[in-house]
Parts: sequence; C-alpha cells; structure tokens
Amino acid sequence: MELLPEFEIRQPKTAEEAVALGAEADARYIGGGTDFVPNLRRGLETPSTVVDLSEVSEMQQIEETENGLKIGASVSLQQLISNELVIKQYALLAQAAETIAGTTHRQSATVGGNLCLDTRCQFYNQSEWWRKSNNYCLKYRGDICHVAPQGDICRAAYSGDLAPAMMVYGAKVELVSAAGKRVIDLKDMYQEDGANYLLLNPGELLVAVIIERLDGYNTEYRKVRVRGGVDFPLVGVAVAAKSNAGKLEDIRIALTGTNSRPVFVEGAEESFGKPVDEETIKALVKLVRVQSKPMRSTFTPGSYRSKVVVNVARRLINQLL
Amino acid sequence: MRQSSKSVHEVTVNGRRRESVVPPNMLLIDYLREELRLTGTKTGCDGGECGACTVLVDGKPMLSCITLVSKVNGKEVETVESLSENGRLSSLQRMFHEKLGTQCGFCTPGVIMASEALLRKNANPSDEEIRKALEGNLCRCTGYVKILESVKAVAEAGAAR
Repeated sequence: MELLPEFEIRQPKTAEEAVALGAEADARYIGGGTDFVPNLRRGLETPSTVVDLSEVSEMQQIEETENGLKIGASVSLQQLISNELVIKQYALLAQAAETIAGTTHRQSATVGGNLCLDTRCQFYNQSEWWRKSNNYCLKYRGDICHVAPQGDICRAAYSGDLAPAMMVYGAKVELVSAAGKRVIDLKDMYQEDGANYLLLNPGELLVAVIIERLDGYNTEYRKVRVRGGVDFPLVGVAVAAKSNAGKLEDIRIALTGTNSRPVFVEGAEESFGKPVDEETIKALVKLVRVQSKPMRSTFTPGSYRSKVVVNVARRLINQLL
Repeated sequence: MRQSSKSVHEVTVNGRRRESVVPPNMLLIDYLREELRLTGTKTGCDGGECGACTVLVDGKPMLSCITLVSKVNGKEVETVESLSENGRLSSLQRMFHEKLGTQCGFCTPGVIMASEALLRKNANPSDEEIRKALEGNLCRCTGYVKILESVKAVAEAGAAR
C-alpha cells in the first residue's frame, strides 16, 4: 500500500453545504470509506478535497413513505439490516445488505457508498507498482483494457449488492447538485462503461434512495463469492416474483457482478400472464443469459460466471414461482 | 506536492481524552501505533480485508487501517490494551490463552476486539453468531475452531462483561 496522498477534509453539516464543497475541482465524497480509503491507499484516487458526509444528519434517516421507504444515503449497512421495517417488509434488501463485506465493515459502510461502489477489476484493484508495470489500464491512467484489449471500453465489473436489491423494489434516487435536485430511476444512474459507470453530473450527490413495498411477492437474493465473508460477488442475483392461479403476474430480476453496471433484466413482461411452466421459466432464464456479460475482470473466467449467473437465476425463479 | 493543513482532534483513547494535532490524511492505525505508541493493534493486510486492526469506536468494531482519524473526532476509541485490568488479563483474553485461541498472535488483537464487541451486545452468542461477528477476521494458524471455542467458553462461564 502507498502512503495516503495529501488532501483536505471537510465535514459539512447539510447536503447543501456538501454539494457546494463537492463542486470544487478534484473533490470527492466519502461515506464510510471502506472502499474509498483502500482505493486512496492504492493510488487510485488523488482528491484535493475529501468531503466527509458523516455529519450530514438529513442523510441518515430511514423514513416510511405512503407506499415504501426513503433511505438516506449515509445510513450505514448495519442500521439498514437492524431496521424493523426493512427486516419485516423488505426481506430481500436486508438479505442483500447482510452479504456485503464483513460485520465490521457494515458498521461504517453506507447505502450511498455501496450504490456508487467503484467498479472492480483484477487489473485495477492492484498496487501502484503492479499497475505501472502493466502499463496501467483504460480505467485509470492507461489506454488499453487488459480484459478486452480489442475494445475501446473499460470492462471492470460493478460489484455492489444493494443496487440489484433496490432495483427490484423499483428504486428511485434523489440527486442533489448546485443546480438543484432531481429524482431518477436507480437503473438510469448507471451505464455499461466500467470507467464511467455512474451517470452523475460533476459534484452531484446521491442523498437518498426511495423504494416501493412489494406485497404478495416471493423474494430472494443470492450471492456467489470465493470467501464466505468480506468478499465481493462473483455474481449476485435478486429476484422478486408473484404468481396467481398458476399464472405469472410479475417477476423482477436484477444482477450484479456480471456487467459494468447492475443489470435490471429487461423483457420479463412478455411472460406476464403466461402459465408458470418450463417454457416460461426457460424464456426468463434466456433473458438472464443474454443480458449478463461477465468478462475476465476477476480471477474466475467470464465463462464460469456466465454459467453461475444463469444457474443461480434458474434456481431462484423455480424456487420463487 | 500539496501541503494539507493539520487540525486539532479530540479523541478519547482507552478512557483517556487526548487532543492531538494531526494531518487530514492520517489513518487511525497510524495515530494509535505511531503517535500514541499503542502497538497492540496490528497492521495486517493494510486494506480492510483481514481484521487484524479492529478497534472499537463508541463500542462498535471498526477497521483502523481504513479509518481516517477525522472520522473518530469526538469519539471514544478502545484498543486491545484497554481490556486488561490491573495487569490481569480480561476473561476474554484469558480464555483465548487457555483454549489456545491464539497461536502466532498476530490476528489476536483484532479477533479479541471483534469478539468483545459481540459479547457486549450478546452475552451468550450461538456458534453461528460468533462466526458472523468474526467473518471479517482472518487467522492463518488456528483454523478458527479454537477461536470459536475461546469465545464460547467466555459465554458459557457467564464471564462476559
């Protein structure tokens, strides 16, 4: 690990103050810092100002809304999984949050931090000397993606566990910048580019995520990883499904670890109203196969993760319908 | 190279309130080990993966190697040095000694602080709860069985604080 670079720390009390500071050149926001600080230590970030969000009290609340929850971006993962409402009514969310990192990380790691989690790659999450000896990479300081050298896009994998979970609850995010506030669908916050995976404007701050309650759905999140604790997902699959009298009413499938963005599987609505049988399940699994694109960004080959994501999705769909 | 400005931080470490002038990029582990010479807390992986640097902040386990000192300003930090009383091992420390929960000892301060946090919340944890609480702590010697038995022994003796 490298020594930390020199930077200033600011600790604003309100989101408004935070975005004013975040608008400065080379400013970076820090939540719990469980991913950001290791990245700083690896020389992957060189901010001039670090805006610490831990004293912004308006971002630390979990509020019940008319048909769901509004969760502040600075809510810690431990707070999230200890919240009675989350445990009772958003089981999949609690399940996903509980698989993130380790017990100790979850005390400080935040909801916003996990949603904005930097994409990961075996050629990126390395020390400065390692990356330098490999001529760096497209995501940072280099001009070639070692995962897909023919391409012109970074293939680092998005690895946050909360995003797919939030997506099945129809999540929207509240974003604040000096220009004002906007609310967008969570899935529109990401794009398929590992180096620029977040569609946020410079200095824009994620302050809250808004989710809707799912009534009458069977839900489950399953994560596959090498080490049972702490590790990032090789793949993560969130499924919420509802059927009535043997017919599929609704199914929402979201993935992580497979692409440079969390993937909300599109096209499931074509199976709505059809009988829950082998053919319908096959069609849903095919959507997962086609839309997931694991690459050689981890120590396991992409072909392995392709098989895993398809099989995990098939198992969950079978189990929940 | 930019020169960042130092500022005064008030941190209570092992019951003693301290005012220290530290640079904004100082990590808690370096503050504890280099400034205060509390070398019980260990630097292992140096990136938040092994848990050897675990300390308690306001009673919650935190990884001091990925925590900036500014994050603990005004808070209470406890390290493994705080556990013994009048030179005698705490019951948790004694059990790690008696049940061979420690071998080379490098991960032990982190494992003990994570266990301490668990036992304060839950004086009689199940095996599953102990495993969960210690999932972020790597040990390359014991194979974890002896660690589990050590924590269990404290709970069974009813000696948890």
